[in-house]
Amino acid sequence: MIKKIRYLGNWVLLVGSTILVCLFLGIILFDIVSKGLPALSWGFITKFPQKGMTQGGILPAIIGTTLLTFITTIFSVPFGVACAVYLNEYAKPSLLANIIRASIRNLAGIPSIIYGLFGLALFVQALRLGTSVLSAGLTLGLLSLPYVITTTEEALKRVPNGMREATLALGATQFETIRDVVLRRASPGILTGIILTLSRAAGETAPILFTGVAFYINSVTVSLNQEFMALPYHLYMLATQHQSIEQVRPLAYATALVLILLVFILNSIAFFIRYKQRAQDEYGRN
Amino acid sequence: MSAHEMNLYFGRKHILKNISIDFKKNEVTSLIGPSGCGKSTLLRSFNRMHDLSPDAKIEGLIKLDSLDLYDKKSSLTDIRKRVGMVFQKPNPLPKTIFENLSYALNIHRFPKKEIPELIEKALKESYLWDEVKDELDKPAVKLSGGQQQRLCIARAVVLRPEVILMDEPCSALDPISTLKIEELILSLKKDYTIVIVTHNMQQAQRISDKVAFMYLGELIEFDARKKIFGHAEKELTRNYVNGHFG
Repeated sequence: MIKKIRYLGNWVLLVGSTILVCLFLGIILFDIVSKGLPALSWGFITKFPQKGMTQGGILPAIIGTTLLTFITTIFSVPFGVACAVYLNEYAKPSLLANIIRASIRNLAGIPSIIYGLFGLALFVQALRLGTSVLSAGLTLGLLSLPYVITTTEEALKRVPNGMREATLALGATQFETIRDVVLRRASPGILTGIILTLSRAAGETAPILFTGVAFYINSVTVSLNQEFMALPYHLYMLATQHQSIEQVRPLAYATALVLILLVFILNSIAFFIRYKQRAQDEYGRN
Repeated sequence: MSAHEMNLYFGRKHILKNISIDFKKNEVTSLIGPSGCGKSTLLRSFNRMHDLSPDAKIEGLIKLDSLDLYDKKSSLTDIRKRVGMVFQKPNPLPKTIFENLSYALNIHRFPKKEIPELIEKALKESYLWDEVKDELDKPAVKLSGGQQQRLCIARAVVLRPEVILMDEPCSALDPISTLKIEELILSLKKDYTIVIVTHNMQQAQRISDKVAFMYLGELIEFDARKKIFGHAEKELTRNYVNGHFG
């Protein structure tokens, strides 16, 4: 009897926690969708802000975030993947390799505001790139590197050793083996990691705060040394800094909705790739 | 191909002890012995698969004809072209059937024109051609386990090696696929020297010309198949082949 009650208690506790978590998520999503949807229109994503941002759209912020994410990708992906390949394929198990690995894990835990200040000191000031989309992109690239490295390493670990032996035994060099077989086989996992990392980076505010994001710009110039608008900062500004906050509240909600949709789309792509890979893995498991 | 007074260490562990053995051309030699006796380790030394293990150390001489395999001047790519290997689990590359074979040829810079012809020949020799000739563009992982293993043999054969090493090639396969591979091994013997590690005594009896019995890293006895399975000289060998331990 007591056993039964305890069992029931555990069940209620677990299911209750799950429901609670989902409830919060549901409330947040419902709040944003219900208040953001009325303000969301084709014009909202294709127009410039007008009349002190009380009307119009968020086109420059969308373009800014896209360009920013693009620079982040160019900077973090090649270096991150190369570093992971070195750690997983070439580095012999040694104290040095372990120290490098531990440092990377720790980098992933550093608060993003510190990356922002570091970016300000290094890219904006020391390297004289100024507050620009390039500086901000590089800063976000730094922030993304540890995630790209870690997820790529995990993907490389999942490549069965037999695959490497197969090509080596044919006379391929280690480099050819990695280039032609290991990376190819690991690519869905690597891609998933990259997309998830980028969707996270696209929503960051702190790292771009000091390095190049602007309150408002009235022209779209896709040039690297210009300041830019970005979705998360635009949202922050509409929600806390605008002189008539009540009036722009619907716009803020719609901006949040666009940002969430963007992240949701990126995550769905990652989910889809992972799903496809799982099917493939089960077929050719060895 | 031969090994002469060869020792192999993993770190401080002495794995292979003073092994001398000589594989004759156009013969199938089986390496048998209980698990952990070092037969796979020995097999893998013949195409330098231990190169990637940083703590492996090899002493002694391993030769292919007059070429010293572990001489620093020997080209690894060249050695592995002359000594092919088939693994325990079928390991087709994540590419199409055709690409699995053309990949090997491209690495060794075979002329592009000859590639389709060489691939057809290798697949025919591996008894796979009739089953796959219409679907060469299919991913190799979609083949059955037995077909995958024959593809792996074809991949070794397509380079025209001199020796083919096989590490328990049938252990992951069903009996019918196993029979097909055994038949294949017997037909390949006329062109290649074959060294095969096997746990299966019946298999060793069916396919080998010579049998080497290993125990705890030592080569106990190496002789013709009939001798080993009929009247082996050492008691240890007799006990093993009669199934008293293993």
